[in-house]
Amino acid sequence: MLRQIEGSRAVAETVALCRPEVVCAYPISPQTHIIEAVGVLVRTGALAPCEFVNVESEFAAMSVSIGASAAGARAYTATASQGLLFMIEAVYNAAGLGLPVVMTLANRAVGAPINIWNDHSDAMAVRDSGWIQLFAETNQEAADLHIQAFRLAESLSLPVMVAMDGFILTHAIERVDLATQEQVDAFLPPYEPRQVLDPADPVSIGAMVGPEAFEEVRYLAHLRQVDALTAIPAVASEFAEHFGRSSGGLLRPYRCEGADTVVVALGSVLGTIKDTVDAMRDDGLAVGVVGITSFRPFPAAAVREALAAARRVVVVEKAFSIGFGGVLSTDVAMALTGSGTPVTTVVAGLGGRPITGASLRECFEAAAAGRAEPLVFLDLNRSLIDRDLERSSARRRTGPTAENVLRDLGTVASGPT
Amino acid sequence: MPEFATDGGPTAARESGSPGSVEPPGSGGAGAAVRSEDPPGSRDATGPASPSSGQPVKFYQVGSFAVGNRLLDPSYRTVQSDALRTNALDSGHRACQGCGEALGARYALDAAMRATGGSMVAVNATGCLEVFSTPYPESSWRIPWLHSLFGNTPAVATGVAAALRVKGRPEVRVVGQAGDGGTVDIGFGCLSGMFERNDDVLFICYDNEAYMNTGVQRSAATPPAARTATTEAVGDEPGNPFGQGKNLPVLAMAHDIPYVATATVADLHDLERKVERAMEIRGARYLHLFVPCPLGWGAAPRDTIRLARLAKETGLFPVFEAEHGVVTAVSQIRRQVPVEEYLRPQGRYRHLFDPADPDGPPARPETVRRIQEIADRNIARYGLVGPAGSDAPGEAGPSDPSGRPYETGEAR
Repeated sequence: MLRQIEGSRAVAETVALCRPEVVCAYPISPQTHIIEAVGVLVRTGALAPCEFVNVESEFAAMSVSIGASAAGARAYTATASQGLLFMIEAVYNAAGLGLPVVMTLANRAVGAPINIWNDHSDAMAVRDSGWIQLFAETNQEAADLHIQAFRLAESLSLPVMVAMDGFILTHAIERVDLATQEQVDAFLPPYEPRQVLDPADPVSIGAMVGPEAFEEVRYLAHLRQVDALTAIPAVASEFAEHFGRSSGGLLRPYRCEGADTVVVALGSVLGTIKDTVDAMRDDGLAVGVVGITSFRPFPAAAVREALAAARRVVVVEKAFSIGFGGVLSTDVAMALTGSGTPVTTVVAGLGGRPITGASLRECFEAAAAGRAEPLVFLDLNRSLIDRDLERSSARRRTGPTAENVLRDLGTVASGPT
Repeated sequence: MPEFATDGGPTAARESGSPGSVEPPGSGGAGAAVRSEDPPGSRDATGPASPSSGQPVKFYQVGSFAVGNRLLDPSYRTVQSDALRTNALDSGHRACQGCGEALGARYALDAAMRATGGSMVAVNATGCLEVFSTPYPESSWRIPWLHSLFGNTPAVATGVAAALRVKGRPEVRVVGQAGDGGTVDIGFGCLSGMFERNDDVLFICYDNEAYMNTGVQRSAATPPAARTATTEAVGDEPGNPFGQGKNLPVLAMAHDIPYVATATVADLHDLERKVERAMEIRGARYLHLFVPCPLGWGAAPRDTIRLARLAKETGLFPVFEAEHGVVTAVSQIRRQVPVEEYLRPQGRYRHLFDPADPDGPPARPETVRRIQEIADRNIARYGLVGPAGSDAPGEAGPSDPSGRPYETGEAR
């Protein structure tokens, strides 16, 4: 059913169709609209039976989800940014215990400086936690990925995180084809846990494992993620059969035929990138795009295959590893090992900075011409950087960096610099 | 030396010329011959002797359940010697000799098993209990058991309870358990949330007053002056500084939850009854169980029960019950003892005494006096010592088997 609907609401209504039995809520922008909407659906009885638990922190939100899942209930929660980092110990724990919790991550920057706007720093911080991480390009995909997430999580006994860009997707009102209850029921069977807390068959879950077996347990977790590389496209193709539209999968190439330069990215920025590439194609430039949906597990073989014909690769990413460079681009470079294809990392959109088509085009053209640096910070205001460097070399007590930079920019009007 | 409200007193006992006497005061007065805590049929062996009548034959254990067991009505006898008893925590685990936590957990969870017909789930925090009971692939647990993290046990228990409710299995009850670190420190945020929402979980804190699993570091439950690895007995004020403390039972009561109780492993029937009472109630319940740790306290394994009893009998650990934020029952001190008797056998307080004369007067009398003040405040606050020779009505200890206060399920 086509609806003109906010991304958060589309996700909330779709999650409700998946019949989660325990939903934990702790508010953090820009995730709030999702849990608010699910809360209403529980209150009105539209989603029943379901326990909606207002917890005291994100750490509790994931912990309640862990308990609920271990006791055999389908568990869902949502968070963002600082919230994800606050629950990180439990995030790892849910994966280690093999509990199929599904969580929406409304991607947002991580402070300090505190910043509520979108980038992917939060998702990257839990890259190695053992969760499956799926990135939505559009609100349609965000909604659809949740249906697939429950299916994947429960079949693999692994938690799944659906990442959707905060504000850009969560707060955008656009057309979404929402699934029906009949469709979802036909696609998503009831949760049959692999392990469950049951007095009739008592088991100890979460026992200590020492050096004698820890590596093996970890390797088995890795194998499950490797299995997911097969399961993710299989579930996506089954989804297409049931719902009549294509969503999910490992990755999605766009106009890669004959492309010398291929751009790789995650999430909603793919829309802008595709528009840019369309325009460049119209001008006869051989540029293509590969959108990665499954960041974890990382589909290295599929990436290598999709980029096999490319002469150069540009990775646009909304996060970076401070002191080194790209995160996604490191994975892409690893996938291209031995191919000799140069990879340019373009760090863009940090803390919600708009990524414009014009800047992207300039960047892609430079890359296509072999002029791009290996690590590019898109639209970096060099004069701001220089002023701060100058200040900090001139005197010791310069005060808070963030405030100084804002003052230089003119955002903070008062006081001398 | 503080004054004691009971007849006689430690000073009086010493001065009355009874060397080697182990009996604390308060048992000799005629009016105190039969306490409400005494099991039926038992009598103080001294009879109505006066404190000054030489050397009365007395047994500290008279009136308790250890020696008195054979005098009890069979229905009051312990179930732990019964081959058919419930068995939540099986033998073969790796707790230290004399571990108060292992003892407390077994009695508490066995009682919960009896109360629920075995229909229960336990959620366990990281810590000694978790480590010694489940070294992979072995497990001592005969009940469904989940360990997630150190600080999230109350929230995990909430999740289990929510799942059971939504699954239509309300008969399966949930117990969360943690040490004092997992309860009063790192788990406190989640615990307060669990209390505030009145989630249907019994949470048990096994309080051994420090982080024992990591090697005896200070927690917010560590008492003043106690030596831990992070409050070493060095410097001008050795041991743990005197702070304000973090009184979890009172904090639990401040949440107005339906049931809060404290207990020690010195009175296991009292513990069992409190667990049974807790399982009669729905909503958030809190049980704070005092469990001595021989390793962490530098005490002899054989002294675990004795130290737990002394903690109660000094007033340092008040044993009481509360419902909806109101104290409903207090286990009165039977024979009040000065805190010194509790401190002296413990290595963690060794610096308070003279190493050349460990049985002599305290080397740090001021510190001992401040600890005594804490005990005295507890005694006044909870009314732990009734009028001499009387049993104040309504204040009979919950360990009173003849009262069997919870048979009817009514709040007292």
